[in-house]
Amino acid sequence: MRFDDWILALHVLSAFSLVAGLVVFWALIVVGRRIDTPGDTLALSPVAKVGSATVGVGMVGTIVFGVWLALSVGNYDIWDGWIIAAIVLWFIGSGLGRQTGKEFLAAPMKAVELQSAGQTGPNEELLALNRTSRGVLFQALTSLVVLLILIDMIWKPGA
Amino acid sequence: MSVLAAVRPDSWNFPLLVHVLGATVLVGGLVTCASALAFAKGDARLLRLGYWSLVAISLPGYIVMRVGAQWIYSKEHWEDVPDKFVPSWINIGFLVADIGGLLLLVTLIVGGIGVRKLRNGGGGGLLKATLVLSVVLLAAYVVAVWAMAGKPN
Repeated sequence: MRFDDWILALHVLSAFSLVAGLVVFWALIVVGRRIDTPGDTLALSPVAKVGSATVGVGMVGTIVFGVWLALSVGNYDIWDGWIIAAIVLWFIGSGLGRQTGKEFLAAPMKAVELQSAGQTGPNEELLALNRTSRGVLFQALTSLVVLLILIDMIWKPGA
Repeated sequence: MSVLAAVRPDSWNFPLLVHVLGATVLVGGLVTCASALAFAKGDARLLRLGYWSLVAISLPGYIVMRVGAQWIYSKEHWEDVPDKFVPSWINIGFLVADIGGLLLLVTLIVGGIGVRKLRNGGGGGLLKATLVLSVVLLAAYVVAVWAMAGKPN
């Protein structure tokens, strides 16, 4: 394997890490819809941290190794339409992902607040935060953008 | 870099998308399973999340990945190529996919019994075994992804 083949392998592994993180968050969204107590909400936090870490590794790895490949591989250039499209989509996905994180962070923050106030029972407001439809919308849009990047990477329109 | 720089015929792209999409979902399900089981500390909800992410995410992902693999293999006419000329990255991919499929089945059975025993307060050991198996599967699929992407030999 040449050096660029290793970089390509790392680029693809980063993409897998990114999608794996999105899948973790989808699973947590589904499970979270039934959760209305601070303890159960906070119990999901370690799994959410794994999701955040895999998304983070995936986002950084895809852009760093992707740009490296665009500059290093002879047949491609960084200003190729499909590569520019991928970079633009990466930035859009990054923004949407940050927004998703903000929406879903409200529930554990509320759970901590409730726990420190000694309220450990079911709470309607917490349930509503765990069921945030804005969060689901942002997560769906982030997933759609990642799917579009994958399609762009496979079809390479204009290459 | 000739493989890397190659632009495939358009008719190969959709089967490849199916294969890659299935594989990413499979890996995502395994990460969810492993992290939920690892952090469960006896919490029944997380133990169930771990097992059901295998059933509802990894298993469908595996089926889509394996169907996509066979589809793209057929599109690229590898079945017409003598075995000794088939590149090792394809052999690694099939080996990991098929042995991994069997291991996934075993993991689903072990985890299923574990989750069933949760109702009576048992099943902890079986779900720990499920965690270990899912980590082994995850490691194997990382090797497969590396082989598929880097294409050694």
